[in-house]
Amino acid sequence: MGNKKKVVSIVLTILTLILFLLTMFPFFIVVINSAKASLEIIMDPLKRPDDWGQLWTNIKIIWTKPTVKYASSVLSSTIITLGSLLTISVFSAMAAWVLVRNKTKTSTVIFMLFISGLIIPFQVVMFPLVSFFRVIHEVTGIHMLRTYHGMIIAYIGFGAPLAVFMFHGFIKSIPKELEEAATIDGCSKPQIFFKIVMPILKPIFVTVIILNAIWIWNDFLLPSLVLGVGQDIQTIPIAIQNFAGSFVKKWDLIMTAVLMAAAPVIVLFIFLQKHIIKGMVSGSIK
Amino acid sequence: MKKNNRLYYWLFLAPALISFLIVVVIPFAMGIYYSLTDWTAVAGLKSNWVGFANYKAMFSDFAFKYSFMRTFLFTAISVITINGMALLFAFLVTREIKFKNFFRAGFFIPNLIGGIVLGYIWQFIFKSVVPAAGAYLGIPALEELLILADPTLTLFGLIMAFTWQYAGYIMMIYVAALLNVPQELLEAADIDGANFFHKFKSITLPMIAQAFTITSFLTLVNAFKQYDIIIALSKGGPSDMYKGEIVNSSEMLAVHIYNVAFKYNNMAEGQARAIIFFLVLSVVSIGQVYYNKKREVEM
Repeated sequence: MGNKKKVVSIVLTILTLILFLLTMFPFFIVVINSAKASLEIIMDPLKRPDDWGQLWTNIKIIWTKPTVKYASSVLSSTIITLGSLLTISVFSAMAAWVLVRNKTKTSTVIFMLFISGLIIPFQVVMFPLVSFFRVIHEVTGIHMLRTYHGMIIAYIGFGAPLAVFMFHGFIKSIPKELEEAATIDGCSKPQIFFKIVMPILKPIFVTVIILNAIWIWNDFLLPSLVLGVGQDIQTIPIAIQNFAGSFVKKWDLIMTAVLMAAAPVIVLFIFLQKHIIKGMVSGSIK
Repeated sequence: MKKNNRLYYWLFLAPALISFLIVVVIPFAMGIYYSLTDWTAVAGLKSNWVGFANYKAMFSDFAFKYSFMRTFLFTAISVITINGMALLFAFLVTREIKFKNFFRAGFFIPNLIGGIVLGYIWQFIFKSVVPAAGAYLGIPALEELLILADPTLTLFGLIMAFTWQYAGYIMMIYVAALLNVPQELLEAADIDGANFFHKFKSITLPMIAQAFTITSFLTLVNAFKQYDIIIALSKGGPSDMYKGEIVNSSEMLAVHIYNVAFKYNNMAEGQARAIIFFLVLSVVSIGQVYYNKKREVEM
């Protein structure tokens, strides 16, 4: 019996290893081909690179090439992602809190409105959104397209429904007594929220931030509409599409750009694995 | 005091609610209106009411019907391949094997890669790596295989890339469900002499039925809305002949809607198609959840 189990375990481990290697194969292809020169990659995309030093040369080319604008895209992606994460999570927690703590008809209606946002696909609002952003500019003079704040407001709008829903569910389970005691002690509403409620919400903050970070960092269609392709502010996916989508395919440099986009995320994942997996799975089981 | 409370109520709601109204609610309402006009999105040009003309045009447009069919096909096969792979992964990494956490993380990693980046990786594989592998293995058929020039192979290429991206994520949901199966139940079945398939059918399968409601919903919705991978991998091509008409074989609905609006410069028709897209997606996904929930109870 014990022997049979051992054999089964070894067979399953080997099977898993084969599937694992197949899953890793595209990454392997990216890594070996990022270290090749343009002729080398055409000759043979499967062989080991002649000189790994070429990887550094390629990275430098991508980083400084004016047609790619990689350095500025990294900055823009970072600003947009961090700005959106901060605002989505804090604003949604604030909204969810007052919606839970004020049980009125208005609250129910507003909550339902947020929830209905969960089923609306981006495609159905994308064209009018761009045109409405233009209207806002005409009426108020505030630029919404091709700006950081316009981009971040768009992410708050699309990110709020799920985040409000998740905070709402959690806040419902927090007893009110703590907040009531704080009120008697003379704390104002903002003090209660930021000093007492927010620390309790920490696990939901982690989940909301992880779910939104992966979405926003990799998002393409929304930023391409709000920021435009080839404009001053562009995210990494836009930069890659702009560069790799062009007619002449410089695969050596495309693979390098792909590696540069994927590597930081994978490294971050390796360190925060447990949180990321937990956050993403609990976010799906809404 | 009461007044103060009301003030804070709206102050706390304002940032999220106003953004949501500006970005989702108002454009949604505008979109319904625009779909009934000859809207062009050109500044200063007034749009005129045309009733259901855009919707009528859509139903007589062959490209739309074709795109619809291809999207359904892509979605149906993706749901099967993704869930199949995810279940296989999940079964393997919840068994008594070595390094299971390492494997679990490995299967999950492609999910961190965005559709655009991922699409170019696979475009390179299909265009350069597959022929090179054919040369290594001495298989001329593989060496001359132009996957992205063949409509059927391109469809499967897209499904493969999407499965690679998504199966690891779906696996995690199945893993969570499988770990919830009580060990005592399986041991009790062992004592009663149940074989693997018995145990699978009577214990494990009902236990993962709930997970299946979630995973099939997620894969269905995400396959139906797929845009990024297609744009980077095949751009909607290659073109094909279908019933005597020229069609873009991998132009799924999300790509089709965008192309109608921008490439063919017909914003109002694109918007009408987006609304039908939304309606179909809602009906299919709600119907699917309803059906699975019902089955869950019966099991």
